[in-house]
Amino acid sequence: MKDFAKIKAQFPIFKSNKKLVYLDSAATALKPKCVIDAINDYYTNCGANVHRGMYDLSEKATDMYEGARKTVQKFINAKSEREIIFTSGTTESINFVALGWGGQNLKSGDEIILSALEHHSNLLPWQKIAKEKNCVIKFVDVDKNGILKIDHFSKLMSRKTKIVALTHVSNVLGTINPIKKFIQKAHAISAKVLIDAAQSAPHMSLDVQSLDCDFLAFSGHKMGGPTGVGVLYAKEKILETTEPLFTGGSMTIEVTKNHAKWNDLPWKFEAGTPKVAEVIGLGAAINWLNEIGMDEVRSHDEKLIEFALQELKKIKGIRLYGPCNPKIQSGTISFNLEGVHPHDLASILNSENIAIRAGHHCCMPLMESLNTEATARISFYIYNTEEDIKKLVLAINKAKKIFVI
Amino acid sequence: MELYRDIIIELYKNPLNKRKIAGATLKASGANVTCGDRIRIYLKIDKKGKILDASFEGSGCAIMTASASLLTEKVKGKTLNEIKKWKDKKIFDFLGTELSHTRIKCGLLPLETLQQCT
Repeated sequence: MKDFAKIKAQFPIFKSNKKLVYLDSAATALKPKCVIDAINDYYTNCGANVHRGMYDLSEKATDMYEGARKTVQKFINAKSEREIIFTSGTTESINFVALGWGGQNLKSGDEIILSALEHHSNLLPWQKIAKEKNCVIKFVDVDKNGILKIDHFSKLMSRKTKIVALTHVSNVLGTINPIKKFIQKAHAISAKVLIDAAQSAPHMSLDVQSLDCDFLAFSGHKMGGPTGVGVLYAKEKILETTEPLFTGGSMTIEVTKNHAKWNDLPWKFEAGTPKVAEVIGLGAAINWLNEIGMDEVRSHDEKLIEFALQELKKIKGIRLYGPCNPKIQSGTISFNLEGVHPHDLASILNSENIAIRAGHHCCMPLMESLNTEATARISFYIYNTEEDIKKLVLAINKAKKIFVI
Repeated sequence: MELYRDIIIELYKNPLNKRKIAGATLKASGANVTCGDRIRIYLKIDKKGKILDASFEGSGCAIMTASASLLTEKVKGKTLNEIKKWKDKKIFDFLGTELSHTRIKCGLLPLETLQQCT
């Protein structure tokens, strides 16, 4: 059992903002000191570019950068470092797959299956390529608790299904989807599967070999790493036959005036100077999460969800969305308070130093399914405590008073 | 909290002019992409350009709803050209409070939408 008070003490932001109750980690997580230090150390003591230099500092930068790739590979249990591509985040990772792999492999009449839970980042790249290639997008329905209907998925699949792109954990409802079952079903008809792990990678251990997904995307900043860096995992076999979407510096081994030969994996997908500091920062974040242990992270999360659900249910007029079951819910709870618009609620909570998100959370189609325009969303990470939830409940009751409810 | 003055809460619960105008002369729609506020403004204007009636439909937070209520009330009897010159401050005056940068879009959405009526 970890001491989570000690963990919270490692986040400098709570020293400069002593009263802060941060409940918006699904948007971005706060950064532990070790991550800030790692970035600072790179800029202070190294500063050179990677993969180019003939001198010590560049060699050091390359070691740090490639070391972080190894860390990511182990973190998600990929077979090889060749399968780990650094991107700017989940959005770019999914765009790489939709426009890169999809641009090369999808053809007119092919079908793409998504779900009603998808964030716009796992919807719009597919809309774009579907329009270009004249493909059809189908959506797996969710039930009233925000759980994907696997039977409906089975009905949607056909010989035309080429790719299935699903979120592992919903950024609005926190639903943990049983993605392994979906992956097995999709593979049975030879469709490829992309998993959007933006909300799951920070909260639970992932094993891409056991899941057997073809692509997996996540962001560094939601797991304590810096902004501007993310990961695209893809099976080596697929990467070998996929053309890079971007070309330019350092992704080639030979260039003539009319021809270029691509570099080895994974570098052929990393054109230009990479996000060296950010990747090093992400490596530090993962090392730190490993020290805590992802099972501990998940169990802390589960306890907070359980406590929050129990306390929120006591408030008259609260409507909770999603599974409301800590066993299949991670990090996030969406709700509405009768008679108070979520945006007003967020403003009142802000005046109590409580940061929450209100709105459609980049999931406008899901809002339609939930029959609402917006929800208030709280989301947790390892620095949150039961005390935070107690403060939240007090502030919600204050909002009720202001709105005379 | 100062922002939520009684008048704002009251207008949120009982908005003014929240209805459709059948046979409206002009209509315009607006939305705030970040928070999901939506509004549709209806105007009935006479031949001289004077606003005879104004109303709104839509859904949003207390700030947006109060702002839309007051705006549709205050524009009656004025011309659209006059209203098009109105600046943010008018809305702050109506609401009796300035708005922080996180809420300014909510408060200004009704005016900005009305100003799009052509």
